[in-house]
Amino acid sequence: MPHPTESLGEHAQHLLDRYPAPFLLGLYERMVVIREFEEGVKFLFLEGSMPGTIHQCQGQEATAVGVCSALEEGDFITSTFRGHGHALAKGLSVESLLFELFGASTGCCKGKGGSMHVGDMDKGMVPGIAIVGGGIPLAAGMALAYKMRKEPRVVACFFGDGAVAEGAFHEGVNLAAIWDLPVVFVCENNLYGASTRVDLVMRNERIAERAATYGIRGQTVDGNDVLAVHQATLTAVDECRHGKGPVLLELLTYRRTGHSRRDPCHYQPQDERDTWLQRDPIDRFGGLLIELGVAAAGALDQIRADVQTRFQDAVVEARHQPLPTLADLTTDVLA
Amino acid sequence: MRRLSIAEALREGIAEEMRRDPAVFCLGEDIAVPGGWGGAFTVTLGLETEFPDRMLNTPIAELGFFGAAVGAAVAGMRPIADVQYGDFLFLAMDQIVNNAAKLRYMSGGTIAVPLVMRAPIGATGRGSQHAQSMERYFTGVPGLKVVAVSNAYDAKGVLKSAVRDDNPVLMFEHKLLYGSKGARIEPGAVDATSDVPDGDYTVPLDRAAVRREGAHVTVLAWLLMAHFAAQAAEQLAAEGIDVEVIDVRSLSPIDYETIGASVRKTGRVVIVEEGPRVGGVSAEIAAGLMEHCGESLLAPVVRVASPDVPVPFTPILENAYRPDVPRIVEGVRRVLRP
Ligand SMILES: Cc1ncc(C[n+]2csc(CCOP(=O)(O)OP(=O)(O)O)c2C)c(N)n1
Repeated sequence: MPHPTESLGEHAQHLLDRYPAPFLLGLYERMVVIREFEEGVKFLFLEGSMPGTIHQCQGQEATAVGVCSALEEGDFITSTFRGHGHALAKGLSVESLLFELFGASTGCCKGKGGSMHVGDMDKGMVPGIAIVGGGIPLAAGMALAYKMRKEPRVVACFFGDGAVAEGAFHEGVNLAAIWDLPVVFVCENNLYGASTRVDLVMRNERIAERAATYGIRGQTVDGNDVLAVHQATLTAVDECRHGKGPVLLELLTYRRTGHSRRDPCHYQPQDERDTWLQRDPIDRFGGLLIELGVAAAGALDQIRADVQTRFQDAVVEARHQPLPTLADLTTDVLA
Repeated sequence: MRRLSIAEALREGIAEEMRRDPAVFCLGEDIAVPGGWGGAFTVTLGLETEFPDRMLNTPIAELGFFGAAVGAAVAGMRPIADVQYGDFLFLAMDQIVNNAAKLRYMSGGTIAVPLVMRAPIGATGRGSQHAQSMERYFTGVPGLKVVAVSNAYDAKGVLKSAVRDDNPVLMFEHKLLYGSKGARIEPGAVDATSDVPDGDYTVPLDRAAVRREGAHVTVLAWLLMAHFAAQAAEQLAAEGIDVEVIDVRSLSPIDYETIGASVRKTGRVVIVEEGPRVGGVSAEIAAGLMEHCGESLLAPVVRVASPDVPVPFTPILENAYRPDVPRIVEGVRRVLRP
């Protein structure tokens, strides 16, 4: 898959016209926030200071940031058990997320959700649905509501390659298709569903091609290229807003961590891992920014250092957050 | 005799049944993947080397592969379907309830559905959607047998009975009792290993097990709660309160013979359930006891169960949610109060 850096030259000016430097730097910083968050959280888990389990998204930052940067404030996303990156890209703060993982009452779900269910309706993110495929019909329903009320909103629905085998995928996408609903179905194809490689459980070569069977548009995009993801999402969102119905985006990326906290990931071949590690979305985009003259290497290092400091400050705060009280056990069940 | 964990005992039981009967096969997510896990909790780890054609890794498609299991059973196979977390049974519910459980009846007895379904349950720090105790949703389904195993000996013996049974059998296992090793070990796990004989044996699907004899109170529990109940009984014994602990084990049908005999002896009952109180299996058992031996009850039945809320994530609330030894002890004291 071609990458901007491979064909820069004359396109440099074009890219700069299209994307102002602060915007590009913003994409970069968001991706770094996600990377540092995930690396920091991984450490906290290994250290044993964090409860529960985690599903991480190192290496998939460009999908979350590319998609969410193409959405407007009133647009919503749905997410999965692997939702930290989606949340940070959609504008949840590092603090509200971290506090949630620590089980604090100041977390984005008051400690009741946990890592698999992060979200914040005020930021346009439904708490993660940890049932594979479960968010897909739900996203269609949200879009149905917007359409019925004639609101110009769009839903971006994140799910993995594994989810396309679920009935919920077929039923949700088909409903969105027949009703021309404003949903961008975002399939993060990271090649693995838990320990199972995608080609063991799917005959189709490309997930995006399935769109045709529902009569909607599908597109496969380099998911490790944040600008490509951003651009494809912008177009899809625009189509949705103009009533042209849903779009299925397949973003090719890679799950470089184990599936969850205690998965040593022995089933991924080393050469495959190496290949994908070399296609790091942050390094690639950083290289582009330097080539375009948007930032010097030192400035990018500074961004990373600042993000790390902010994360460490948040950890210190998180350790002192109030926990829910026993009375909270029975609240929030019914309205 | 060897000391085995539940995961090991199940694996051995499955392998032995597959050797015995070529119609037995396994299907589920993340099984038989080279370098993989052997299902979410290592139960089927490595079985694909001996049975390369009978360990089927499925897509994440519970309705699909449970339905396929029902179909294979109808066509004469004996499938063992593994759902990674009990919570996902809801996706397969239609196939389980409308097909597996009813085909025999609907066909006037001409169809058999010899299907085993294995489902791990229990709250383990994962939040609301990977934590439920869902026995309650299945015990009321006519045509389905429901069992819950709490030690390795039972796990193997019950599994073998389930495989040989001509009905759909849903087997509940607890995530904190597997004793999975290495990377798949569960923090906070309880020791459920037991001595397991080398040869073939079965444990019936419709029998409760008296784990501890006592004269004053009968405590009924299953899965993790059976272990907590035994600990509570130890603690109470030190105070001179003599508790009989029964592992209910067969949740549908319930073994009122064993339980009833105990109740006639003690006259007092505490039922412990990890899931929420309303609509729980304990509600069914309490009502069943009234019908079977209500005249022997010297005090109203006491239930120790979780509150009627989804399972919370944060450990402080999850621990408050799930019944524990102190709450069981308190329940016993309550039923003994004059
Ligand atoms: C309905 C359902 N079945 C099984 C699972 C267990 N499970 C959790 S994540 C996962 C793999 C999901 O793979 P994919 O959809 O590709 O997302 P990724 O993990 O790659 O982000 C599985 C099998 C689940 N959570 N929900």
